This record gives sequence, C-alpha cells and structure tokens, in this order.
Amino acid sequence: MRVAVIRFPGSNCDEDTSRAAARAGATAYYVWHRDTDLDQADVVMLPGGFAYGDYLRAGAIARFSPVMAAVVAHARAGGAVLGICNGFQILCEAGLLPGALMRNAGLQFLSRPVDVRVERTDTPFTCAYPTGAILRMPIAHGEGRYVAADDTLRALEAEGRVVLRYVGDNPNGSAADIAGITNAERTVVGMMPHPERAADPLLGGAPGAGVFASVMQCLPTLQGGSA
Amino acid sequence: MGAFHVQVRVMPRATLLDPQGQAVEHALGALGFDGVTAVRVGRAVTLTVEAPTAAAAEAQATDMCRRLLANPVTEDFEVLVGVTP
Repeated sequence: MRVAVIRFPGSNCDEDTSRAAARAGATAYYVWHRDTDLDQADVVMLPGGFAYGDYLRAGAIARFSPVMAAVVAHARAGGAVLGICNGFQILCEAGLLPGALMRNAGLQFLSRPVDVRVERTDTPFTCAYPTGAILRMPIAHGEGRYVAADDTLRALEAEGRVVLRYVGDNPNGSAADIAGITNAERTVVGMMPHPERAADPLLGGAPGAGVFASVMQCLPTLQGGSA
Repeated sequence: MGAFHVQVRVMPRATLLDPQGQAVEHALGALGFDGVTAVRVGRAVTLTVEAPTAAAAEAQATDMCRRLLANPVTEDFEVLVGVTP
C-alpha cells in the first residue's frame, strides 16, 4: 500500500501522518508540492499545517500548487484521498469536497481533545471502526467551522456523507456538528481532528490509528482487489 | 491598453456568522461607541490591471474573484475600477 503524503510549504503534520501510515503497515513517502507525479500512490494524504501561511484563506493558495493537478486527477479516477485539518481546507478550496471552513465561532485557535462519533464506516478511512464509535482526538485549528449552502447540507445528510460528528461539544460552531465529510463516491474524506496525533499508544492511546488501519484493511477490497 | 487601478472588496456572506465583526462590535461598545450595529469584517485587495478598457479590467478582476480572491461558498465580492493617473 503506497501512501503519498503531500508536503506544502507550511505543512507541519507531514511527519506524524507519514509515521501513522507506516505504523499501520503502509509504505509512506513524501511528495513535494512542486512535484507533478504521485509516484504510483494508492492513497494521497494532505496533512495539517498552514500551507502558504493560510494567506488569503486557509487552503486558497495551496490548491494551485503544481501537485494538486495530480491529486485532483487521482481523486477523479476514484483514488482515495484524505485531508486532515489544513488538508481538509485545501480539499474544499480545490472543489474535491463541498463547503468551506471558516473562522471558529469563538474566534480562538483551539488546540485540545474533542470527542467525535464515527457516523459512516463505508469510506476507506473509517472502515476499521464500528459505526457509532466515539473517538477522542485532538483538534488544532483556527478555521474549523464547517459551512455549506443549505441544499449541500441536506444532500450530505441525505446521502450519508457526514463521516465524523462532534459529540457533546461543538468546538467551532460547525453546521450540524460536522467534523468530517466525504464525497459522493466515498473516496475523498476531509476531517478537522488529527488522527495522526492520536495513533501511538505512547502518546496516551491510539483512537486515531483506525483511520490508517482502515486504509490497509479496506482499500484493497474497494479497489476490486487490484492492490 | 491602459493600467486600471482596481479594488476588490470581499465580505463574508450576510447570512453567515461573522465572529470577527461581532468581536469588533463588542470592542467598539466597550470603547463607548454606543449604537453601533451590524459590524462586519471583510478584506480589500488592490491591484493594477493592464487592459484595453475599464470594462475589460472589471471582467478580469471578476474572474479573479471567482477563481481565487473570494470563496464562492462563504463570501460576496464587489469590483471597483478607477483609472490610475
């Protein structure tokens, strides 16, 4: 299983993401944002951080990086893509996921654990969890308030595309407590919490490890056994 | 061709929560500016565009807004064109 972790100038969760993927058994490697070749990636991961300093809007400049054409082509061909935090913001800006992430309702940058519920297990990044599992994972963002047009929100709910939802406490004012969503094909997933920061028992439990274990467990099946 | 000075104003969509505007409104009240409401915080981008006409410069800037300067999901924009001296 080949996992490409994209590095933008300002990415800062790239190493954690790569390690979490490797820990799950994947072959993880970095792809610089100026590269245009994903080197036969099965999965692409866009890590957290502050690509391009979040100038203009979080993710707004990163989506024009040369590598994004390859990421979009990979996604359009049915390839699995995971965006974590800043990666989620980039996927929205790039149009691979609907909606946008705006300034937290309370204005403050939030860095703390939150509880999220796994709403959908039919994605390559959540299949290893039981439906309804509650995961305590860290968030670390200033712009995590998920916003979308009313008809988009209705479609996300009707089609079961809300993957993760905050429970007990909505930290940023996200619509419908949304913490993570997927595309119509269920191959592209974006989430604000950081599973890669909760994927090592040494760091106090590994509830996020299932995101990376899911890739190993389900992607071969989803790809028709070709990988 | 002329050089047209363009200002793009990008504002959070009126129907969406603007926590920055709320915080500024609160601070203005604390400073003693009573009766201030509907404070919203957006962003202005100024640029100079080479174009044959003002209308062409406006059209270019509008395209820039749609593709980069504004997020169509959350923001509205306005393009103001004035000829540079």
